[in-house]
Amino acid sequence: MVQPLEYLKETASQTAGPYVHIGLIPKQAGFDIFENNFTNIMADENTRGERIIIEGRVIDGTGTPLRDALLEIWQANADGRYNHELDRQNRGEIDANFRGWGRTGTDFDTAVYRFETIKPGVVTGRNGRDMAPHVNFWIVARGINIGLNTRMYFGDEQIANAADPVLNLIEQTERRKTLIATRDDSGAVPVYRFDIVLQGENETVFFDI
Amino acid sequence: MEFYQRDRTLQPAGYTPIYKTSVARSPRQAMLSLQGSLSETTGPVFGQHELGPLDNDLIRNYAKDGDPIGERIIVHGRVLDENNRPVPHTLVEFWQANAGGRYRHKKDTYLAPIDPNFGGCGRALTDENGYYFFRTIKPGPYPWRNYVNSWRPAHIHFSVFGSGFAQRLITQMYFEGDPLIKECPIVHVIPDEDAINRLIAPIDLNGSIPLDTIAYKFDIVLRGRRSTLFENRLEGN
Repeated sequence: MVQPLEYLKETASQTAGPYVHIGLIPKQAGFDIFENNFTNIMADENTRGERIIIEGRVIDGTGTPLRDALLEIWQANADGRYNHELDRQNRGEIDANFRGWGRTGTDFDTAVYRFETIKPGVVTGRNGRDMAPHVNFWIVARGINIGLNTRMYFGDEQIANAADPVLNLIEQTERRKTLIATRDDSGAVPVYRFDIVLQGENETVFFDI
Repeated sequence: MEFYQRDRTLQPAGYTPIYKTSVARSPRQAMLSLQGSLSETTGPVFGQHELGPLDNDLIRNYAKDGDPIGERIIVHGRVLDENNRPVPHTLVEFWQANAGGRYRHKKDTYLAPIDPNFGGCGRALTDENGYYFFRTIKPGPYPWRNYVNSWRPAHIHFSVFGSGFAQRLITQMYFEGDPLIKECPIVHVIPDEDAINRLIAPIDLNGSIPLDTIAYKFDIVLRGRRSTLFENRLEGN
């Protein structure tokens, strides 16, 4: 016998289910209960940085877009700083007008999700290597037993993307493009289109983080 | 700082054919293992000022002309990490069906009635000891389309943040003694019996309010934090 290792065990995940909207985005469930709601609008007029829209769909293994998925994103500000005490990078400043987190559901009719945010800056990764600008995604839904983590990179950052230490970990180079959003400048605000494919051809690279 | 590797033997796989909806919604490729960077070890911070005074009282936060129907319960417990340390000031959100097993949701068409005095959602921040509590009514079980005669045990959904995005967790709390737990495909996507048992909240008479409200205790454990001993301190660590 040896001494026991007295760690606790992580609580098991369970699906968010079809009614996740009640708890996390009640307005989409069809009612108004909280004074303050968490939303997909992440920047206000005082936030620094380039305004962008991120939109896309979450697509299942049959090619059908999910109409009941919930997505959260977490990102650095325009200077590449996360609004968190552990971020001690020597670059830029924390932006008091940017938490860096947003939440939304895919639309019940169109199946499209949308975030209004700002483009993040470069963040220092492990071993001091710069990570290309990216947005961290977390996806839950009915039928997803444990939240899926992935990242969105920006299609107009080819040089930074080519040097990104995380993209370069993806052995099948063809799959790296599943994490790169395309930029559309045809509207007043640039739109980055980022579809997440849960399964099958062009399956998005998900991370065990 | 980074988090301990997630123990996937205690977590459900993505592809679990007993839960039919998972079949088309589960990735087939292996996930790419990623060591923590700031993108994973940091996460959003929330403040008490963002919550309303009734946000943790589901008996009152949607009441229109009286209390909701159902057994009055308190659910309380702590959010801890794998090192048995409290996770303070973290956002815990919860949602549930009403006493008849019906959700206040435009997509729920179950024939049990909506309760005009029950919304079914709430939220709280843990205190400095990781403690949270809320008051609600006990949700009812309800049928769902998995097999034609599948019934969900009574449950409350929980969403927890932790301090870093890698700790983000959604789960469900079940109630001690519910005979539907052992029948439920969603419960049994979890491959470990002890891990299932840790989702079942015991009745807690000590936490109850005599002649008023009975309590259930539910602790939630998030991944533990590892300090980088003997390693060069990385920038941002």
